[in-house]
Amino acid sequence: MIVDILVTVIAAATPLLFAATGELVAERAGVLNLGVEGMMIVGAVAAFAVTLTTGSATLGIAAAALAGLVLALAFGVLTLTLLSNQVATGLALTIFGLGLSSLAGANFVGRPVAKLPELDIAGLSDLPVLGPLLFGHDVLVYLAVAATFGVAWFLKYARAGMILRAVGENADSAHAIGYDVIRVRYMAVLFGGAMAGLGGAFLSLSYTPMWIEGMTAGRGWIALALVVFASWRPLRVLAGAYLFGGVTILQLYAQGAGGIGIPTQFLSMLPYLATILVLTLIAAGRGRRLDAPAGLGKPFRAAG
Amino acid sequence: MNEDSPARLALEGITKRFPGVVANDDVSFKVPGGRIHALLGENGAGKSTLVKIIYGVQQADEGTIRWQGDPVHIADPKAARALGIGMVFQHFSLFEAMTVLENIALGIDHVADRKSLTTRIVEVSRAYGLPLDPEREVHTLSVGERQRIEIVRCLLQQPRLLIMDEPTSVLTPQEVERLFETLRQLAAEGCSILYISHKLDEIKALCTSATIMRGGRVVGTCDPAVETAQSMAQQMIGAALARPQRRAAARGSDHEGRARLSIEGLNLAAAGPFGTTLHDLSLDVRSGEIVGIAGVAGNGQSELFEAISGERLLERADTLRLDGTAAGRSGPGRRRDLGLCTVPEERNGHAAVPDMSLTENAYLSARQRRHLARGLVLRKSAARGFARSVIERFDVRTTGPAAAARSLSGGNLQKYVVGREVLQDPGILVVAQPTWGVDAGAAAAIHQALLDLAAAGGAVLVISQDLDELLVLTDRLAVIDRGRLSPPMPTADASLEEIGLLMGGLHGMAAHDPHADVGSAAHA
Amino acid sequence: MPRFEPRPEIDRVVLYTTPLLAVALTVVAGFFIFLAIGKDPLLTLYHFFISPVRDLYGLSELGVKAAPLILIATGLALGFRANVWNIGAEGQLTMGAIAGGGIALLFWNQEGFWILPLMCLAGIAGGMAYAAIPAFLKTRFGVNEILVSLMLTYVATLFLSVLVYGPWKDPQGFNFPQTRMFSASAQLPIILEYTRLHIGALVALAVAVAAWVIMSHTLIGLQIRTVGQAPRAAAFAGFDRNRTIWACLLASGGLAGLAGLFEVAGPIGQLIPILTPGYGFTAIIVAFLGRLHPIGIIFAGLLMALSYIGGENAQVEVGLPQAVTGVFQGLLLFFLLATDFLTRYRLRRPAAGTSRADARA
Repeated sequence: MIVDILVTVIAAATPLLFAATGELVAERAGVLNLGVEGMMIVGAVAAFAVTLTTGSATLGIAAAALAGLVLALAFGVLTLTLLSNQVATGLALTIFGLGLSSLAGANFVGRPVAKLPELDIAGLSDLPVLGPLLFGHDVLVYLAVAATFGVAWFLKYARAGMILRAVGENADSAHAIGYDVIRVRYMAVLFGGAMAGLGGAFLSLSYTPMWIEGMTAGRGWIALALVVFASWRPLRVLAGAYLFGGVTILQLYAQGAGGIGIPTQFLSMLPYLATILVLTLIAAGRGRRLDAPAGLGKPFRAAG
Repeated sequence: MNEDSPARLALEGITKRFPGVVANDDVSFKVPGGRIHALLGENGAGKSTLVKIIYGVQQADEGTIRWQGDPVHIADPKAARALGIGMVFQHFSLFEAMTVLENIALGIDHVADRKSLTTRIVEVSRAYGLPLDPEREVHTLSVGERQRIEIVRCLLQQPRLLIMDEPTSVLTPQEVERLFETLRQLAAEGCSILYISHKLDEIKALCTSATIMRGGRVVGTCDPAVETAQSMAQQMIGAALARPQRRAAARGSDHEGRARLSIEGLNLAAAGPFGTTLHDLSLDVRSGEIVGIAGVAGNGQSELFEAISGERLLERADTLRLDGTAAGRSGPGRRRDLGLCTVPEERNGHAAVPDMSLTENAYLSARQRRHLARGLVLRKSAARGFARSVIERFDVRTTGPAAAARSLSGGNLQKYVVGREVLQDPGILVVAQPTWGVDAGAAAAIHQALLDLAAAGGAVLVISQDLDELLVLTDRLAVIDRGRLSPPMPTADASLEEIGLLMGGLHGMAAHDPHADVGSAAHA
Repeated sequence: MPRFEPRPEIDRVVLYTTPLLAVALTVVAGFFIFLAIGKDPLLTLYHFFISPVRDLYGLSELGVKAAPLILIATGLALGFRANVWNIGAEGQLTMGAIAGGGIALLFWNQEGFWILPLMCLAGIAGGMAYAAIPAFLKTRFGVNEILVSLMLTYVATLFLSVLVYGPWKDPQGFNFPQTRMFSASAQLPIILEYTRLHIGALVALAVAVAAWVIMSHTLIGLQIRTVGQAPRAAAFAGFDRNRTIWACLLASGGLAGLAGLFEVAGPIGQLIPILTPGYGFTAIIVAFLGRLHPIGIIFAGLLMALSYIGGENAQVEVGLPQAVTGVFQGLLLFFLLATDFLTRYRLRRPAAGTSRADARA
């Protein structure tokens, strides 16, 4: 029973982990992309549609990453090249993504798709307890965790990661010593888009697995909150994602148990209320300092 | 100069245009190998643009850059560094939340591993007397230490030309001396140095040749050792400038005048992680006098300014008195009613809103004392009239009161924000960096306005990093260092050395005794 | 590649013409979208933009849909000007509808001229109270209002469904998730016979005009703009940032609450699980399209209302999927933000440099 619950927690955390890790990279480069929800849901519909029509989940996953990337590219052109307001543009991306996904997905509602196959890593998935917990998930679950560790390593040890942090910290200085600020930010934003798309793919190919309009249900926004919760550090995103996955699953089990006597809607509120609570605790705990990249949300344009 | 061997760097006809201004107009000069060459000019003369072109941060519209005689295209700073050009920026290109090691690694192109880079940093900093701890985060360092990072970053690449853009504006006099020793050592080793400054004494002390710029053009070349400061100043400014006029009658005897601004035992916590905490500050500014506060940037000046202006409230009302009334718990509006006007250091975004018109900017601080609103309703014609009078009285070059603040040049906007306060007839005026980045003519006008205000019985407090300005302008002078204020001394008795020591001297080596009898340390 | 340079000042003419350019670009994009999904583009555009408003009833429907958009967007624009990003208007709308609708149900089947005003006050109070949560968290702890207000939207929708599936369900409603229909004295007066155009449309216009006066002729407007554009200058001027945040969130929450009440006391006439097709979010687009200017918002609100009616009409006439409306709205905001660039930058004109040098010296 406990193992079953933990396995579902891991599943619930995976889309958050993808989206939050991607957004973290964008924010460390100084770009606040509030369009995560939109990129995620477009990824979800792209993955579903391509998997259903081609029969290949691999192509579906690739399509999801590409769809998120294309939306992120639009965001990049607007905010980085045309210097539009990052907050407004992110909102536009979400509105557009929600509309586009329901337009594109209209013909796919209610159709089934095979759930992503679970791997059997080194034949160990039958081990008691550890088997299902560690060795029996589908490929995206491992990819999400690997990507988070990869990002943690990249930011800390890679020279390119150091440059990315420098660009997010002080774009003018980075420009003055010769780094192409806009290019670095484009890369970071595109990575964030692809990751959000993969998060969406996990929802429509594995978690549900089917296409439902608006199926992200605010997960993109929760991912944004997770980045704040994690103080812009990848491994804390990992912890935060599993925490939120836990809250989600907890309320689902409570709803299943039924007899508690409160309307199920109150339980469904839990992830959202937990987000607000966590954001408040984080902000209150650290006072005014939030460890945010100093250049977050500030536009940059090279003179001359 | 030997005509046979080509100069290390030669500029030929460099021209650079920006919207509305020609920053560099047909600029040509040469820097020979192993020489310290000065680029001299006023704020706004086009020096910073020129060095950005040399370092590849910006591209010239016309002209040729020659390196060892060969024409080169310097596309970006990487290309400059590959040639052997290093640069120390006026506004440091550092990353506060990163370590010294990371900051240096970011600025060099051939990166070794962490360990060997650390070793090299320690070696170089020892060789040139520039001590640094590679693991410290930059935001914990003093301004002088930050400059050392920039210099070490350049030296690690064995530069053959080092560009220093206004390097001393944030240093104590002692730190300046130490920097000059390092530069002379470098020149002796064959490195050329292009030294940008508007400080004539420094250039006389350090440089062997000088190019003088004015309004984007080269107006002269000279040997600073031969020229007098006077003659260089005339070329730099273009005409002999009138010194501000002191009205002797109103001064001297008035030092016993009543205290209009008085601060007693002011303590204030730092506003943010990079701020400074103020400890037990006390100061009186009397009717008819100008008091100056000197100090290296970031030692609590902005906290002190905000504590006086009311942008941050104090714990106790009677810590701050305006004409005798306890005002420490009152906001900026109430303090203006009590006769206090203030001019913040930062024009854009603090003293003025860049995208608002000059008329709208007038409301910010003058709505009460000049009755620019009736209740909550704006009196637009009154505000326009007041803005127009500031423009006329302070000779602000603009298209009119409807112009956006950001369409004005720095000097003109500074005249506007100073004029906006002075024309409210304040009893007490507090000004931070009154002439930062403005040309000599505007600076003289602003200084004159402050002197006139004091002569009329006002109390004026000037917070500035420019010691020369404070020495000319003030009656008494105090020094702020790490959030503590020295007792004020009569400016006439102050020696540069003593002030320098109070400013922190060489970082970490200063004797720090606020009770030293500064008056007796007569200037040599 | 063309090079751009910053304009010394924002160009007013460009500022107010770029929204038209954005609309034109959206129509062009629509043409190709319709083509891509196999519809006759011109016919579809006709049914989207023109045929819905060819008669008086169509025009009245425009007013019905524009009224809530204008109300909400006017409030949001105040906040956006102050850099306060309330994007949870949909939740505040829902809470306003619940509070005002609760009054209607409380006095169900009673008569009284006071019922409707009381409902309006309750609607405003409900929206305000809900917006007070992000205001409190932001001013007290520095919590990001974007995330909080948005999360609360999901919570509000769930809360509404608790009520209409549970205690407030119409006892004679065949178990449908809806409340009783409000009584006559709890419904908004119709201002045009045989249509659904209600008095809320006039209120929306009045609110927009009042907001315009406040923004351009009072210290409150100046304070809001200063806090938004230059927080340090606001502190220097003595404008209280926290009070501005509170005021903006309360005003936008109250107006969203009022809009919600107007929906349930007007066209809907009862509480149901889904109150609007996302007016609270569309109003964000309306606010930007109207350049955060109350008068601009009136026009933008009418245009966005048209996108709803046009979407429905095109669905009936040519079988266009309803989601196209959302795509249109997103695209419109995209194009608007893209053309914003032209208000702040212009094509570089080398010759202009020298001639202006004197004026700026």
